[in-house]
Amino acid sequence: MTDAMLLHINGQKWSVPLDGPLTLLDALREHLGLVGTKKGCDQGACGACTVLVDGQRVLSCLMLVAQCEGREVTTIEGLSQGGRLHPVQQAFVRHDAFQCGYCTAGQIMSAVALLAEGRASSDDEIREFMSGNLCRCGAYPNIVAAIRELAAAEGR
Amino acid sequence: MPAFEYVRAADVAGAVAMATADPGASYLAGGTTLVDLMLKDGVVAPATVIDVGRLPLRGIRLVGDALRVGAMTTMEELAADPTVASRVPFVREALLLSASTQLRNMARIGGNLLQRTRCRYFRDATVAQCNKRIPGSGCGAVAGVARMHAILGASEHCIAVHASDLCVPLVAVDAVVHIQGRSGARSVALTDLHVPPRDRPDIEHVLEHGELITHVDVPLLPVGARSTYLKVRDRASYEFALTSAAAALVMRGAVMTHVRLGLGGVATLPWRARAAEAVLEGARADRHTFRAAADAELAAPYTVDGTRFKVELAKRTIVRALETVTGVSS
Repeated sequence: MTDAMLLHINGQKWSVPLDGPLTLLDALREHLGLVGTKKGCDQGACGACTVLVDGQRVLSCLMLVAQCEGREVTTIEGLSQGGRLHPVQQAFVRHDAFQCGYCTAGQIMSAVALLAEGRASSDDEIREFMSGNLCRCGAYPNIVAAIRELAAAEGR
Repeated sequence: MPAFEYVRAADVAGAVAMATADPGASYLAGGTTLVDLMLKDGVVAPATVIDVGRLPLRGIRLVGDALRVGAMTTMEELAADPTVASRVPFVREALLLSASTQLRNMARIGGNLLQRTRCRYFRDATVAQCNKRIPGSGCGAVAGVARMHAILGASEHCIAVHASDLCVPLVAVDAVVHIQGRSGARSVALTDLHVPPRDRPDIEHVLEHGELITHVDVPLLPVGARSTYLKVRDRASYEFALTSAAAALVMRGAVMTHVRLGLGGVATLPWRARAAEAVLEGARADRHTFRAAADAELAAPYTVDGTRFKVELAKRTIVRALETVTGVSS
């Protein structure tokens, strides 16, 4: 293992020091200052740390950063384009799909993937395939509404 | 945080050679079990982690009457396979009722078979009593909070559940596990991969140190077979099973043939319900027979205060699954 590793995050190259076992989540937050990705349970039970790796949603708390070498990581910071929020982010704002906001980055990353997977054809399907993202405030109805609106607009 | 050396394997032979030569080595596939147990729970402490996640063992192809599934295939990939959906649909159901999409994108099929138990007494390193973690120390769960624990294949030595959903239909169809070791390849039936805990719960499977699962053969159900996976749990999604049943059969008029039944959430290893199958095979499908099969399978459970309710729940799970798969509910 080398002392530093190159990561591809949000279309940019980042160097991560390797001074011991490190999860992707801790690399993002503690080493790269990308604190938009949140640490909830830190053991794969809540979904707050959801990011995309090679376009697929995963839990960054259960992934070693070394497993991500050479793969494309997308975090909440990588969604907006030219200062304009991603459509999922806009829909969450429109529908007030959060209260405290702690789970929101994970919810949004998961929703982006859900829409790409084509799993938003009904409220039941949205709930089932968003079930890996917990919201202690109980914003679920508004989260479902935000996703449903986007899915309808995309004709899914 | 415990230190370990991380090595990414370039090929199967290299991975096996490296692991075999290093008693402190552990394979890492998706990481959803190992990263948790290493870095969060402090329950396992390998000196070397050999990342096998990028080995060319990913993908699914039809070989004869079975699907050959590469061990590094993800759970989502297997669930998306059209032949799985059409010819072993209860495998797809079990996969999609497992964990969450995020975890299914990470977890690999080989790792799923070897996943460690969710027993809190095993996963909490501050608990002194766990025969699986510290052989001979006793079992904290037997006198503890045991709602999620096993009633089959269990004893006072260990009641930890093997929590895989996928394994339940896979034992039912007689899946075969292909293994690479330093001295060659071998295969074992999935029903023989896991070892009942008896008085050595720390021994969980028949693999030698350094052996690597490379493929899993999943035999297709007979044409015309029906199947279902029923999972009973405390919340509707993203939760482990209290009880589950994987049932497959062919109806010849009112008679059941080619009956396959597996149980999850109730046993220390993926449970093939052979006693129930013996009652059902060749019998007329009716509720009385379903109940007799369930009674036969649950004839000698090992229960503690926390798990007593699971005997009746498991029986009803079997009956409901059989009602669903036969379309007979009277």
